[in-house]
Order: sequence, then C-alpha cells, then structure tokens
Amino acid sequence: MIAAPSTAGTRRVTDRVMTWLTAAAVLIAMAPLASVLIYVTLQGASALNWDFFTQLPKPVGELGGGMANAISGSLTLILLASCLGLPVGILGGLYLAELGNGSLGWWIRFTADVLNGVPSIVVGVFVYTLVVVPMKRFSAIAGGAALGIMMAPLVMRTTEELVRLVPTSLREASLALGIPWWVTTLKVVLRTAAVGIVTGVMLAVARIGGETAPLLFTAFNNQYWQTRLDQPIASLTVQLYNYAIAPYDDWHRQAWAAALVLMSITLLLNIAARLVSRPRLMARRPR
Amino acid sequence: MMDVSTSVWTKAFFGTAERMLRIEDMTAERIKAVSVDAYFGRTHAVRGVSLGIQTNRITAIIGPSGCGKSTFLRCLNRMHELVPGARMEGQVFLDGEDVYGRDVDPVMVRRRIGMVFQRPNPFPTMSIFDNVAAGLRLNGVRDRRLLDEAVEQSLRQAALWDEVKDVLGRPGTSISGGQQQRLCIARALAVKPEVLLMDEPASALDPASTLKIEELARTLRETLTVVLVTHNMQQAARASDSTAFMLNGELVEFGPTAEVFTRPRDRRTEDYITGRFG
Amino acid sequence: MAFRVVLTVFGLSVIVLVGWMMIQLLVTAMPAIQRFGAAFLWTSRWDPVHNVFGALTFAYGTVASSLLALILAVPVSLGVAIFLAEIAPVGVSTVLSFVIELLASIPSVILGLWGIFVMAPFLRNVVEPALQAVLGWLPLFSGPMYGIGLLAGGMILAIMLLPIVSSVSREVLRAVPLSQREAAYALGATRWEVIHRAVLPYARTGIIGAVILGLGRALGETLAVTMVIGNRPQITTSLFQPAYTIAAALANEFSEATTGIYISALIELAAVLFVISLIVNAIARWLVWRVGATPTAMSGA
Repeated sequence: MIAAPSTAGTRRVTDRVMTWLTAAAVLIAMAPLASVLIYVTLQGASALNWDFFTQLPKPVGELGGGMANAISGSLTLILLASCLGLPVGILGGLYLAELGNGSLGWWIRFTADVLNGVPSIVVGVFVYTLVVVPMKRFSAIAGGAALGIMMAPLVMRTTEELVRLVPTSLREASLALGIPWWVTTLKVVLRTAAVGIVTGVMLAVARIGGETAPLLFTAFNNQYWQTRLDQPIASLTVQLYNYAIAPYDDWHRQAWAAALVLMSITLLLNIAARLVSRPRLMARRPR
Repeated sequence: MMDVSTSVWTKAFFGTAERMLRIEDMTAERIKAVSVDAYFGRTHAVRGVSLGIQTNRITAIIGPSGCGKSTFLRCLNRMHELVPGARMEGQVFLDGEDVYGRDVDPVMVRRRIGMVFQRPNPFPTMSIFDNVAAGLRLNGVRDRRLLDEAVEQSLRQAALWDEVKDVLGRPGTSISGGQQQRLCIARALAVKPEVLLMDEPASALDPASTLKIEELARTLRETLTVVLVTHNMQQAARASDSTAFMLNGELVEFGPTAEVFTRPRDRRTEDYITGRFG
Repeated sequence: MAFRVVLTVFGLSVIVLVGWMMIQLLVTAMPAIQRFGAAFLWTSRWDPVHNVFGALTFAYGTVASSLLALILAVPVSLGVAIFLAEIAPVGVSTVLSFVIELLASIPSVILGLWGIFVMAPFLRNVVEPALQAVLGWLPLFSGPMYGIGLLAGGMILAIMLLPIVSSVSREVLRAVPLSQREAAYALGATRWEVIHRAVLPYARTGIIGAVILGLGRALGETLAVTMVIGNRPQITTSLFQPAYTIAAALANEFSEATTGIYISALIELAAVLFVISLIVNAIARWLVWRVGATPTAMSGA
C-alpha cells in the first residue's frame, strides 16, 4: 500500500467537508431567490385579474381597482428615458469602440462606470434640483430624465463591447469599396452589432423599469390617467411601494399583483437578453 | 547504410555488447508503465505505451510537438486526470504497485512522484522559503527547525542555496527565470519524492540556465529517478542515460541514449534524429 | 470629420453629466454646508421643526447595515464563488451562475415587499427569538423584537449583495493561472488545499475588490432597505431596533421637505452619499482590475 502519513486522513476529511460547505453556500444563496419567486407567484397570481390591467386605482376604503395608469406610466417613463439614454448610450458606446483607445476614452469609460455606481436616489435628488425645482412641479419629464441618466452608462458599455466584436475585416471591406467612414460605422458596423445592442438595451430597460427611488421625487405619483408630460405620472414601481407600506390589506394584495407583473417582465427580459448574448461574447478585440 | 556483411558482423559484435549492456540495464525499474492509453475526450493522445523507467537514471522522452510525450508524463503522476474530459487506460507501477489502483489516493502518488513544469510557477504570494516549505507544510510539518533544515537541504540539492540564502524572505517571483525554475525544483524535492518528472524544464530559459538545469539533473539521479521530457535532442543526448522516442502517441523506440542516437533501430527514429522532420 | 465630432460629443456627455451632478449637488447643498459646517457629519440631531440637521444617525445606520450585510454575505458569496469556479462541473456552474445572477435582477422594491411580508415575520417569529434565547445577554440581541429593524435591513442588503460579490469573485478565481493550481497539485495537495493555499492567496486582492464593490452597492441601496429597516433616526446597539440609512432618509423625507434649509440639508446628505459611494466604487474597480478579472457589462457588475 502506498504509505500515507497520519495526517492524510484528516486532509481528506477536510477536503470533503469544505466541498460540502461550499455546496451548502450555494443552497443558502438560492433560498431567498426561491422564496421570492414562490411568494410573488402565489400571492400575485391570486390577486391578478383583468381589472388590474384596465382599472384605475380606487380611493382609500373602496375595494378593487387596478393599476392601469401605473403600467402605462411606467411605459411612458421608459420611452422618455430612452430619448436620453439611447442616443448617449449608443453613440457614446460607438465613440468608445471606434475612437476611444486613448486617454480620453479611458476617462469616459471610467466616468461611465462611476455613473453606473451612483446610488439611484442621488440621481433622483440631482434631477429634482435640476428639473423639478425650476418647473415647480413633479413631472414625467423629470422622471424620464432620471431614468435616462441611469440608462446611458448601461447601454454605453454593452454597445462598446459589442461593436468591438465586429471584425476589422468587415470595416476594411466596406472602406475599401469607397464607402465613407461614417456610413460604414452606422450601416455596416452598427447593423452587424445590432442584435447584441438590442439585448443590451433590453437589459437596461429591465433595470430601469424596476427602479423606484429616482422616481419618488421626480415623477412622484398620480392616481389618474396622465397624458401630459409636465405633470406627475404614476409608475408601477412607485405604486407598488406606496401600496406595500400602506395599512390596507386590499392594497397589499394589489402590491403582490404588481410585483408579479413587474417581476415577470424583468425576468423575461433578463433571461432573453442573456440567452441570446452569452455565446457571442467569446473573442474580443484587444482594448 | 552499411552493406550486408558488415552489418552482420556489427550485429554479432554489438550483439554481445548489447547483451552485456542489457544485463547492466537490469537495474530495478522504479516505474513501469504498461500499455498506457490516454484520451482528451475523443482525441487519442497516447497509444499503448509501455515503458520501464530505471531507478537512479535519467530517462529522456523525445519527439516532435504533439507526439504525446507530455501527456504520457502526466499519466505517471496522475496529473492527466485533472483535465476535464481526460481519461486513461493501462497501468503504471511504482515499485510494483499500480498507482491507478482502486484504493490508491492520487494525492499520495503525487507526493512520491514530483513534477517540474515548462514555465517556472513559484507561488507569488509566498517567500522563497515558504515556496520550498509549501509541500512540507501541507503534510503537517510545523517544527521550524525541521523546516529550516529541509529548505536548506532542498535548495542545496537544487544548486540554488548560495544564491538565495540571504534573501529567503523575498517573494518567490523576485528572482530570475532560471533561479525560479531551480526554486520549483527545490520545492518539488523538499517532499522527498522518489521520482522527479521534468516537463521541458529548460525550454523557457536562457542557455546558461539550461546547462545548469542539466547539470542539476545529473546530480539528482544519484538520489532519485528522473524522467525528462524535452524537444531538444542535443539536451537528451547530453543529459540522459536512456531515451524514448515517441511519435503520434506511440512509443517508437526505447533504449540506452548512446544507442538510440548512433544506431537507431527504427527508420522513423533515424529520420527524426537526423532532422528530416520535427 | 463631423461624425467623429458627434461621437466624441456624445462620449464626453457622460463626463459632463457626472461633473454637473457634483457641482449641482454642492451648490444646492451650500446653504446647509455653510450653516452647519463640518459638524453636520457628527451631529446626531435631525430636527426639521427647529431646522437643526445632523447626519450622524443616518451615517451610523448606513454603515451598520452595510457592515452587517457584508458579514452575512461575504462568507456565503465566497463559498458560492469557490464552488462554482473550482468544484462544480462546467455545465452545472454555468447554469447556477446564471440563476444567481437572476437574483441580482429582481427589482429592489419587490425584494422590499417580500421583506415586509415574508422575511420580517420570519425574523420576528423564528430568528430573533432564537438569537435572544441563546445570545440575549449581548446588547446586540436585546430588546423588543419587531422583525423590522437593523437586522432586517442588514439581511435584505446581504441578499442583494450576494450575486454581485459572488459573480465578481468567481471571475477573479477563474483568472488565477492554471500553472499555479498545477504546481500545488504536483506537490500532492488535495483539491481544497490547492484552493486554500494556491488559488485564494493569488486571488486575494481581487476578492477584496469584489467585497468592496458589494459594499458600494450596499451603501446606495434605497428601497428594499427603507421598507424593512424601520426608518427611525436613532443610534442603537441592538440589531432588533429600527434604524435609518442616508438613502432611506432621502427617500422618505424629500417630498415632505418644506423649508429651504431642510431641503438643503437633505441634498447635503445626498452629496455625502455620492462622495462615499464614488470613493468606494473607485477603490473596488481598481482592485478588481489589478487582478485581471474584468466583469463584462452584461454581468451587471
């Protein structure tokens, strides 16, 4: 028998124990996720009905009602946010990928990461001072601006990564045909990277669609339908928050329903985006 | 090639010498590989190699890139199986006991069969002293005096002691490439293995360091058995006692180094040695 | 050429944005800065009625909840990262990493909802009584048990930190070169010993970076925390008591702020939070970048 020193047994046991401990850590990590999914699905499903999607919230004390305005409000806010977030994100990302290899590019990238890390509530405060105070009211525009500020760096980074994946040979082929650089970049490079960029946008939308803090004092909230952009507007997240912390059981029920709708959309967007993008992120052009 | 009569005479003369050599060659075989096949997934990298490694000798394994010599080497100390999707068949006997036996702990095998790699890989977060002591500490040695002695002895064996004895506290990566490789050898020697496997140990080093490593191997064979994989034929010819030539996963020829290089029995060996390919 | 200019302008706009943010926050916080000076940071009184404002209680709550979150999350995250990077087979690892990253995508407000109605009752009925029974002599676990409070805040933050710390740590571990592992295996080390003695020391800097990145996230978390932490501005030694964080205070008080100085003080709070999270995030990214593990934009890090 290949002789083993006396410590070998302990070492083997330690190895086993640590393997089980790390596996246990994974189970512990999954537990809250499972719990959240289960509760939201169960509680939300029982509270979800057609009214939820079509009715306006009822005043306190009256049962029933829905969050139709909140759903449309969230969509409006996301659209507004995209007006800021998409141009800055995509064009900025293009800059980083095509022209951003110098020190300016480094600073822009660094700043985008910084912007990513700014707490969302601070973004809300900033937009409050910038938009709400001069306008003297809460508005959808303010909310859209806050969400747009958060969207921009997210879209920027994914756009940069994906544009870098487009092979140089493609660019060269287009340029060699005498096509000007800006047309090449827009029509050839961007089009090739389009699918990836779209998934990046999906992820960004999922992220800002779930944000509440920056909306609390920019878009505020609204119990009625809203079409004007310079008035406060409802959103699914803020409505959820208000209902969750209120003392009424009926509102709690609706909060769970809202949670189910919000979570389903967020998870769907995330899963779809990641499934599509994962195999593509293989080879990378050197930075 | 010689004509028939001279070759017959040569065979007769050398035949006796061969037989004499073979008796001398009958020193014990520390490692005996029997019909080893190694796979990476579906790629058949080593095909039915049987080889006896003699005790206190240096056995070199040569062959062109991709011939399976490193893979075979890694089968000897059960490093091959660490690659996902890798498997092997066959037996490898260390002093008569199959290292792939059912009750055998690979950890113990690797303690008795040490390995030095192509690129020096000292632990960067550890000092020179700690690098050499790493294997000992793993095996539970705590006594500082024992560790000091063992580290000094291993560094002397690796011909590195004089160069680093005053800077043992410096990080393992703070010395030159050649010194780092000797550090790795010292680290491997500290656990007192019976066999040292060297996988192209000098290929990443400058010529001066290369020669030092070869000298080192020659001194080491007095206390242990060395298997040296190299793509450098001159090195094999200089440094080893026996040489095995592998091609496409197969063992083509194996014998005393002098013979393999001057009178190779197989045509392919001759072609490789004379540089017709590889 | 015009197009290049256009692209550069849009690229620069982020720098302009962040710079503007810093300046704007400072300017609007100026009245409060001038009124309270540096004492703002260590005054614990927050009195909107008498217009006296100090950030200490919020700073305490922020630091305490974040620290608690780290204490709870880091060991588990490390375990997860080690399991996924070193022990699990590749297919299992990919799927599990994906699932854990999904945890990161759950909106804060939904976690808060779950926290109020599921986690807090669990704490109130199961965890806190157990802790008090065993360790009640410690001031940490004394006092009435509401479920809602500092412990709840810390726990929910821990749940939110877990995906980010574990996925960045996992990348850091995977960046450790194979040669280091081989060197350890060749010496006759068990798998755990290879991890413990060769891989982890090498990855140490990056893992610290991952933890600090998590800290940065925890400092700025608003919704989930404000829903379960109790929102009472007090400095308390008991984990079972309600507390308040800077972000939660901003969320709750902003729409009610009436006087100029009140608003200004709140903005100063926001500025403090901004600066702290900036520094923490910068340190974290530098540490992670140094080890060569660059999280992709898709991983949300």
